[in-house]
Amino acid sequence: MKVLVPVKRVIDYNVKVRVKADGSGVDLANVKMSMNPFDEISVEQAIRLKEAGQADEVVVVSIGVKQAQETLRTALAMGADRAILVVATDDVHNDIEPLTVAKILKGIVDEEQPGLVLCGKQAIDNDMNATGQMLSALLGWSQATFASEVGIEGDKAVVTREVDGGLQTIKVNMPTVVTVDLRLNEPRYASLPNIMKAKKKPLDEKTPADYGVEVSNRLEIIKTVEPAARAAGITVASVDELVAKLKEAGAV
Amino acid sequence: MAVLLLAEVNNGELAMDATAKAVTAAKALGDVVVLACGGSAAAAGEAAAKIDGVSKVLVAEDDSLSHRLAESTAALIVSLAGDYDHIVAPSTTDAKNVMARVAGLLDVMIISDATAVVDADTFERPIYAGNAMQTVKSSDSKKVITFRTSTFDAAGEGGSASVETVSAAANPGLSEWVEDKVAESDRPELTSAGVVVSGGRGVGSEESFALIEQLADKLGAAVGASRAAVDSGYAPNDWQVGQTGKVVAPNLYVAVGISGAIQHLAGMKDSKIIVAINKDEEAPIFQVADFGLVADLFEAVPDLISKL
Ligand SMILES: Cc1cc2nc3c(=O)[nH]c(=O)nc-3n(C[C@H](O)[C@H](O)[C@H](O)COP(=O)(O)OP(=O)(O)OC[C@H]3O[C@@H](n4cnc5c(N)ncnc54)[C@H](O)[C@@H]3O)c2cc1C
Ligand SMILES: Cc1cc2nc3c(=O)[nH]c(=O)nc-3n(C[C@H](O)[C@H](O)[C@H](O)COP(=O)(O)OP(=O)(O)OC[C@H]3O[C@@H](n4cnc5c(N)ncnc54)[C@H](O)[C@@H]3O)c2cc1C
Repeated sequence: MKVLVPVKRVIDYNVKVRVKADGSGVDLANVKMSMNPFDEISVEQAIRLKEAGQADEVVVVSIGVKQAQETLRTALAMGADRAILVVATDDVHNDIEPLTVAKILKGIVDEEQPGLVLCGKQAIDNDMNATGQMLSALLGWSQATFASEVGIEGDKAVVTREVDGGLQTIKVNMPTVVTVDLRLNEPRYASLPNIMKAKKKPLDEKTPADYGVEVSNRLEIIKTVEPAARAAGITVASVDELVAKLKEAGAV
Repeated sequence: MAVLLLAEVNNGELAMDATAKAVTAAKALGDVVVLACGGSAAAAGEAAAKIDGVSKVLVAEDDSLSHRLAESTAALIVSLAGDYDHIVAPSTTDAKNVMARVAGLLDVMIISDATAVVDADTFERPIYAGNAMQTVKSSDSKKVITFRTSTFDAAGEGGSASVETVSAAANPGLSEWVEDKVAESDRPELTSAGVVVSGGRGVGSEESFALIEQLADKLGAAVGASRAAVDSGYAPNDWQVGQTGKVVAPNLYVAVGISGAIQHLAGMKDSKIIVAINKDEEAPIFQVADFGLVADLFEAVPDLISKL
């Protein structure tokens, strides 16, 4: 079975984001970019399936700017076999909507015929939490979102999902789209020899047109602003003072 | 045109708080028609009919709809979509699972976690863990939206909408339910509680987390946790507050042994009053706290419990 893993290049989760003065978006020029943390977890899961003999090839794909090939090289260094880069824009600020990403991914799935697509539950930049579900809808496949455990049993996947009430386990027909949550695994670091080896692994460059997809957005950004700041608080010296302040504020 | 609102139904029961908050958001867009669906949903439909501002309730009951399986629920919504310009839901994990699929099937974008309705096409939503707020205008003919419940007040009760039955769509037969692991609790529900007490890695162990629970019980609060506390096994996953957990905005939020990473702040910084107890005076949580206490939690929390 082949596993397809879409990985997104996003602002590093440790970077303090700045809204651009003209309100057009968040400043992404000269800031550290990394693989979306959820996608590191998907790559790790795919590699573990291969190590367990349940998958025979791991293909990673990224859609966006040319620099996303660094993200793909990271995935190859972790242990993915091959990469596909779909260059859809030359401006980092021009993000591609999940619906368009899902349409391009569908084109790739039609060509590659994977038995499993492992997506992140959400990308930490736009927090849409949508791409995996949309891809599954376009393919007419089953879906299992927010996975904290994934097992393959013949032609079914058994997935435990993190939901509002606790945990839910479902069994879905394969091929399927799974979106991964934070507690599925702890991703490995790439070793130096593997980083060197990754440079020689195949990385194909494509365009959305190769999959018959036109990149157009349905949502127009009217403005982007900083959230309202909280008024400064005070430091209390003791538990007694804390209790007094809370009573004063009518909070207890 | 009217708005179709997917009610939050758990095991046949209406989640009133989440649904009524979404009704408040949806009212600005037109007549609100609530869809209650599931293996059993009639009682939930009756309850939804009483929410102020609901003009009609549709009830769909079918085995294929039980346990909120995404494929059958999305198929049902798409079969009804023709009559509506807006298809909306509260931003719960169930709705996030289903609504993005609905958007994909309808070939429209989803607007996730909207925090304000500007007009029928334009909405506000947080991005980058709430570090920026974006206003987006949709050019899609139908809008599929989830509303962040912590930013809307619940609509009142007192309505008496009519209730109609609709049938499920053909079962796509792609998935089946195996089991739920739900922790039973007498405490208030995290996302609707007036007071939340959360513990972080500083609490140190699953045993010491009992201290957080005692403080919560003293305050009649729900219990929350940071990701580090959940990852370390001190607390169950459904207690996680933050960018990738639950978003809460209670009257009082007490953060104990939590450093205040942006991913955690994303889930609680709209709380009315924030109290932080941390032994490190440099901890970023103090930047958002109204009342900060620099202290060892193992001394401060028992003291606080006895003095409240
Ligand atoms: C006109 C317009 C302008 C915009 N401008 C900006 C802007 O300036 N700045 C900005 O930040 N946003 C902008 N956006 C928003 C942005 O296009 C989407 O909201 C965003 O791309 C999708 O959300 P997400 O990445 O959170 O996807 P999610 O659905 O949350 O992503 C989930 C998973 O899908 C996969 N995935 C997602 N995207 C990719 C990808 N590109 N390649 C491979 N895998 C992927 C990954 O596995 C990921 O973990 C703009 C939108 C519009 C309409
Ligand atoms: C993609 C992604 C998503 C994430 N999503 C979330 C999320 O949804 N929610 C979330 O919470 N995190 C999330 N995180 C994790 C986040 O970045 C932090 O790692 C996490 O919030 C830290 O938890 P903490 O504050 O409990 O632990 P720490 O940062 O380790 O802080 C522990 C604090 O306890 C204090 N302390 C220790 N001992 C005592 C004592 N005896 N008395 C008083 N104080 C004490 C310390 O001074 C310290 O400030 C996410 C991270 C990533 C990468």
